[in-house]
Amino acid sequence: MDIDLFLKVYPYLLEGAIVTIQLSVATIFLSLICGSLGAYAKLSSQKYLRTIGNVYVSVIRGTPALLQLFILYFGGPQIGIQLTAFEAGIIGLGLNTGAYMTETIRGAIISISRGQTEAARTLGLSINQTMIKVILPQAVRLMIRPLGVNINALIKDTALVSTISVVELTYIAQRFAASTYEPVQVFVLAGCTYMILILFVGTLIKYLDKKVQIN
Amino acid sequence: MGLDFSVVPDYMDTILLGILWTLAITLVAAVISVFGGVFFALTELYAHWFFKYPIKAFAFIFMGTPLLLQLFFLYFGLGLIGIPLSPFVAGIIGLGLFYSVYNSELIQTAMITVDNGQTEGARSLGLSKIQTIHNVILPQAVRKVIPPMGNNLIMLMKDSALVSAIGVTELIHASELAIGETFRPFEFYIAAGVCYYIINLFMEAGLRKVERKVQVTK
Repeated sequence: MDIDLFLKVYPYLLEGAIVTIQLSVATIFLSLICGSLGAYAKLSSQKYLRTIGNVYVSVIRGTPALLQLFILYFGGPQIGIQLTAFEAGIIGLGLNTGAYMTETIRGAIISISRGQTEAARTLGLSINQTMIKVILPQAVRLMIRPLGVNINALIKDTALVSTISVVELTYIAQRFAASTYEPVQVFVLAGCTYMILILFVGTLIKYLDKKVQIN
Repeated sequence: MGLDFSVVPDYMDTILLGILWTLAITLVAAVISVFGGVFFALTELYAHWFFKYPIKAFAFIFMGTPLLLQLFFLYFGLGLIGIPLSPFVAGIIGLGLFYSVYNSELIQTAMITVDNGQTEGARSLGLSKIQTIHNVILPQAVRKVIPPMGNNLIMLMKDSALVSAIGVTELIHASELAIGETFRPFEFYIAAGVCYYIINLFMEAGLRKVERKVQVTK
């Protein structure tokens, strides 16, 4: 590892890492929202909502995330959607990870035993009260770890937006790998930065998971 | 500019060629990822610490970094230190290695959950450690691991789109060729999306058929 190269390149890689972090945070929020709405739709008693949820999850999970970014950013203008690359990245990745989170959230809610719902309703709680006061608290406890897996994948997927010219970590790594003729060292540095980010978020998730356990 | 899907059929041959390349890449990388997965799983479970820990570190690196970055490293990185790889080869190695690691996690879980009684029974009947693994544990683990591994294979097919970023001539690249001539990105990317979705549907149907056949019945 060449110290001169490290000192020259790392400030720029750090700038890219900051953009990656911004993308990740924004996308995590958006995808949690999409995931919750999707789970609500798929679990709804109304058929049209269930269909919308099913179509959303099926189409998004059945096509590559990269393609979804391209459709949004390059194809969007043709249907009146003008987004900057950064916006397209957040919306595209948010919708994509949201579909996976829909299944995670829905799975956690479904796995809460029916007995809970039956008992709550028998005791006179309305459907909404049952959901909010009985089912969701238990489901949230179950879904933190698998959502952590989704978030892990999301952070890695932020690398995809380098292909639509968002100046994040992978994009900067590519530029410097080319200009310094040291691709191995530069990509290894970028890889280490991703690993640090993912370790940090992973530790956070494990801490949250531990905090919500009841025994 | 408006939408005009009538330009798509003119490029059917380009798109079909792209689909064939996507399927070829998926197939080769899938085979690599299955064998690699078994190799990594057996190493992480049974090998001497001298081999086990480097492999575990290797696996951690592959799971902690983006696939796109790994592809760039293999194609641009190795090329400059004397191991030039064609985009196709770099692509299948990258995809294969990445999914080997994910598959090895699944295989390890499957092997661990095979009842300990099986190992005890086999060893007390005189089977060596290798014979036990090969004839008793692995066959049972394989039946358990097929559904989740099938899902990984479908994800691999979708991730084959990433190799377009290192210049492989698969479906996304084919779409970009068509877009370069017609300036209609929305139509062709949607067409590519439909192709991926259909391939996805076929793979899911095939997976369900295989799942039914190898179902672990008590």
